[in-house]
Amino acid sequence: MKALEINELRKVYRGGFEALKGINLTVDEGDFYALLGPNGAGKSTTIGIISSLVNKSSGSVKVFGYDLDTQLADLKRQIGLVPQEFNFNQFETVRQIVVNQAGYYGVPRKLAHERAEKYLSQLGLWDKRDEPARSLSGGMKRRLMIARALLHEPKLLILDEPTAGVDIELRRSMWDYLTKINNEGITIILTTHYLEEAEMLCRNIGIIDAGRIVENTSMKQLLAQLNTETFVLDLEEEHSRPEIAGFAHRWKDNNTLEVDVDKNAGLNKVFEQLSAAGVKVLSMRNKANRLEELFVSMVEKGRGKGSNNA
Amino acid sequence: MSHMSSNIIALKTIWIKECTRFLRIWVQTLVPPAITMTLYFIIFGSIVGERIGTMSGVSYMEFIVPGLIMMSVITNSYSNVASSFFSAKFQRNIEEMLVSPVPTVAIILGYVGGGMARAMIVAVIVTLVSFAFVDIQMAHFGYVVLTVVLTSTLFALGGLINGVFGKTFDDISIVPTFVLTPLTYLGGVFYSVSLLPEIWQKVSMANPILYMVNGFRYGFLGQSDVGIATAMTVLVGFNLVFFGLAYYLLEKGIGIRS
Repeated sequence: MKALEINELRKVYRGGFEALKGINLTVDEGDFYALLGPNGAGKSTTIGIISSLVNKSSGSVKVFGYDLDTQLADLKRQIGLVPQEFNFNQFETVRQIVVNQAGYYGVPRKLAHERAEKYLSQLGLWDKRDEPARSLSGGMKRRLMIARALLHEPKLLILDEPTAGVDIELRRSMWDYLTKINNEGITIILTTHYLEEAEMLCRNIGIIDAGRIVENTSMKQLLAQLNTETFVLDLEEEHSRPEIAGFAHRWKDNNTLEVDVDKNAGLNKVFEQLSAAGVKVLSMRNKANRLEELFVSMVEKGRGKGSNNA
Repeated sequence: MSHMSSNIIALKTIWIKECTRFLRIWVQTLVPPAITMTLYFIIFGSIVGERIGTMSGVSYMEFIVPGLIMMSVITNSYSNVASSFFSAKFQRNIEEMLVSPVPTVAIILGYVGGGMARAMIVAVIVTLVSFAFVDIQMAHFGYVVLTVVLTSTLFALGGLINGVFGKTFDDISIVPTFVLTPLTYLGGVFYSVSLLPEIWQKVSMANPILYMVNGFRYGFLGQSDVGIATAMTVLVGFNLVFFGLAYYLLEKGIGIRS
């Protein structure tokens, strides 16, 4: 069963800006799917249309087989949305916010209170249940939005940059929680700027840029496309700058060397040459997230295609 | 669970949320009308009213009581929905409803129900205050209730429409200040339109609030400047038009969906 099917989805905003240029996307039931793209690529517009906050210009959207145009109420029942920005009444208490949200989905009040206890406890907010939302920290507000999205027990959870501005510890606990509910059967679609987050969590990935899907594949296949990795070597000072034959490399300064290493080449030859030149390597690290490099190249490739088509 | 029972739960949720909101801030929502109307009763009823004598055959105090209650109903039903709906837009928590399967009719009825509840409570408070100044009887209790219900519904719908169009907090104070207040003051709250020159009597007939004030006055005193059937017809007509407009705006997502 497909959790999400998007066909030829277009959105032209008033004023003529074309945010989506006919995208096609499918997400399988049970998947943990990442939708990546630079700012303004169309991620939030796509999510806005799926959750019916944005009116589409053309195309079709189905969620678990329910059509956005003809079965909107049923479609909405399948989705829990965690938006990018805080969008709850800051003056209501944590419990009021989640119980009311359940009520909008027709969950009886008694059951809504039971679920509120369950999800607020799971997300570490039960102690704050009677506090007004405005008194929560940023991380707690994010967790509140996750709890709110789960109260009607949706089959598809959509998170629009849920860990933006969240500290590392909290981010990791959110990852654990999302992984847990995904394992329990909830399909998750996530947009994020943290590519490491997508790599850690998601099985499949779509890259969107300038209103077009430039890649839609599994994380495994995507990472398999990585041919080279860049390593940064911190060297002991007081040495010459030897050439490293067979490897693209750059000297950043006298004691910092960047080396591009092919996936299958290994690092031994680099070390051999440095040792032969009497250079002592103090430490070594990856230059950047590998996925980030790939992401940039995909987007650039996509833009090249886009301009060729134009 | 059927969609119908699910929609009823959603409607009840919105209504309870709306009532909780104005009850939580009761000092801002329920106390001011009591104070304002007490001042009106003292100044216009007791101090000035005694020198005016009778109006339409009753004491001036008795004459203004229905109008002042109606004025509170209009102001409170309108401002409750306008400010609540606009702040839901402003804080973006309106999205909580938009992403959920709540039908448009339930959103309208929930907000309007909240505005009506506040208007009814204020009406009761102001009526109780009026008992301290005058021993007023209700000639037709049914019309009193019917007029309050229809008027509070109408102005709650008006507040909702204002909230939909409003882009800034100024936008939701413009209509009450520049439209509602003048129409209410010129709607026969403080005088009988029969005192006006003929041309102004005709102009006054274009003011919908005149029909509400007079319909309400009929319920209290058994007499008014306009026929009760006309007053009820005008009220029902405006309600239908405003409901249709509110439904259209929300269905289209004007002001709330991009």
